[in-house]
Amino acid sequence: MASSSSTSSTVVGTAIPAPRIIDRLPPIGTLGPLVALAVACAFFASQTSRFLAGQNFSLILQQVMVVGVVAIGQTLVILTAGIDLSCGMLMALGSIVMTKFATDLGLDPYLAIGCGLLSSTAFGYLNGALITFVKLPPFIVTLGTLNIAFAVTQIYSQSQTVSDLPDPLLFFGRTFRVGETEVTYGTVLMLALYAVGWFVLRETAVGRHVYALGNNAEATRLMGIPTQRMLRGIYTVAGLLYGIAGLLIVARTGVGDPQAGQTDNLDSITAVVLGGTSLFGGRGAILGTLVGALIVGVFRNGLTLMGVASVYQILITGILVILAVATDQLSRRRG
Amino acid sequence: MTTTAAARATSLATSASPIPVLEARGLVKRYGHVTALDGADFLLLPGEILAVIGDNGAGKSTLIKALSGAVIPDAGEILLDGKLVHFQSPLDARRQGIETVYQDLAVAPAMNIAENLFLGRELRRAGPLGSVLGMLDKRRMLSEATSHMQSLKIGIRSMKQAVETLSGGQRQGVAVARSAAFARHVVIMDEPTAALGVKEGNMVLELIRRVRDRGLPVILVSHNMPHVFEVADRIHIARLGKRSCVVNPKGISMSETVAVMTGARRPEDLPPEALA
Repeated sequence: MASSSSTSSTVVGTAIPAPRIIDRLPPIGTLGPLVALAVACAFFASQTSRFLAGQNFSLILQQVMVVGVVAIGQTLVILTAGIDLSCGMLMALGSIVMTKFATDLGLDPYLAIGCGLLSSTAFGYLNGALITFVKLPPFIVTLGTLNIAFAVTQIYSQSQTVSDLPDPLLFFGRTFRVGETEVTYGTVLMLALYAVGWFVLRETAVGRHVYALGNNAEATRLMGIPTQRMLRGIYTVAGLLYGIAGLLIVARTGVGDPQAGQTDNLDSITAVVLGGTSLFGGRGAILGTLVGALIVGVFRNGLTLMGVASVYQILITGILVILAVATDQLSRRRG
Repeated sequence: MTTTAAARATSLATSASPIPVLEARGLVKRYGHVTALDGADFLLLPGEILAVIGDNGAGKSTLIKALSGAVIPDAGEILLDGKLVHFQSPLDARRQGIETVYQDLAVAPAMNIAENLFLGRELRRAGPLGSVLGMLDKRRMLSEATSHMQSLKIGIRSMKQAVETLSGGQRQGVAVARSAAFARHVVIMDEPTAALGVKEGNMVLELIRRVRDRGLPVILVSHNMPHVFEVADRIHIARLGKRSCVVNPKGISMSETVAVMTGARRPEDLPPEALA
């Protein structure tokens, strides 16, 4: 004790032991989802020979691409300690606006796509504005806009599916060949968006501010970062991403479907949580969300190939979510 | 060594042209019919630790808020390096070189030390990678964080450690280091030891001295009299929305200081060596 007080005059703070190898490894939060995905793939590969084929992986990516893009926006929102329940409805609204504008109004298809993206983006901004200007909790705001966007979509489309779409709206459903495998342009777009999201969050100051905001909003504000403007920006960008997801679902199904997107809010939150991002904000990674979405996709695909009924797929997804959060919490408590 | 700072402060105060780093004259702030500041004066000299003490409701925290830009006074003037300033926000004050360390450990827990040190002032890479893509220069931030923490002798090995893995004192160390790194004129510390244990509190006091010894004047707001007497060069006593007096901790006892603070003793009755 006496010796420690003499050292404290030269060095402030007790020295911390040099990092052990175990500390250098990424925490379970980042590595866990990847391990789970690998285990799931290994399991299904051992169960059915059709699983381990390039064409099947391409199919999984196609099945994942819509919720995958929605989940990028959801990740951004959750990193700020928020939540977005309206995402699926903003996606449906965007897809109805772009398909109706291109067919009924006879607008130039590209302009129609722009209008669709704009409508989702505007609703995203509305979310952010209500949260920052009126100071309402994100849960309530997005629950409200979920219903509003749903109703607007139904009224405008008269609950009718929009078909006979011009080519540009279907582009992202088209495929190109990589060797034997057919890959859709939509999956390429999804992966590109993840790459952009990863870059912004990891390599730029804005990305760091998103994490800081989710960690300690007041400290972030005191450091001179315009947190309220950032929040509006994040909900707006999330809205744009839901619009892009709307374009993808149109391309994938070939129609504008006003009933689309009804489970995408919970599905995207599932992907985010499975990917190791904390619902309390400030912790997590965007690529984890991609892995999370793929885990759900792989389970659905693998179980279907094994002939398991779809109700059981939902059952297993539910168990996975609880397992993922439980492991995460336990690893934090241990650390 | 102990006399230098106090002697310098005294000589500066008595010499003909001392330019105070931060000065306030006749600050008034009213909240409805409550007068928080009633013509308060304030003077901070170069290279000193000035403690600000006062009973609850003495106007101490409103004074500090006015100096750090968090409150805009109704009347009076604030001078920074002899020039009149009007802070509109804490950010405004920060831009002009006044950094504030808040008592509630204003750090982002899940982020690492280097990220916290540079929060809001991130360094970008040179060339188009930085200017066009906005890429961060993580390596430079890490090495600058390391050398800065070493120069303040804060014993933390890795700047990549998450702040939440540090002790309370070390976290406060990060907050103080951040302010010291970016302050050009003044560091204001609002109850920096209030949330800490004895050992950790001493650690932070040591750190405050180091910041002062590097030439940055420090305003220390504290309720902790032993801490105040341990590090302060001069003590500003706030009372009834005004500056009651400024005392010299070498010439007055703790109990007499408290007596002045509470109004039990008038500053006029103090012996001359007690005043600074």
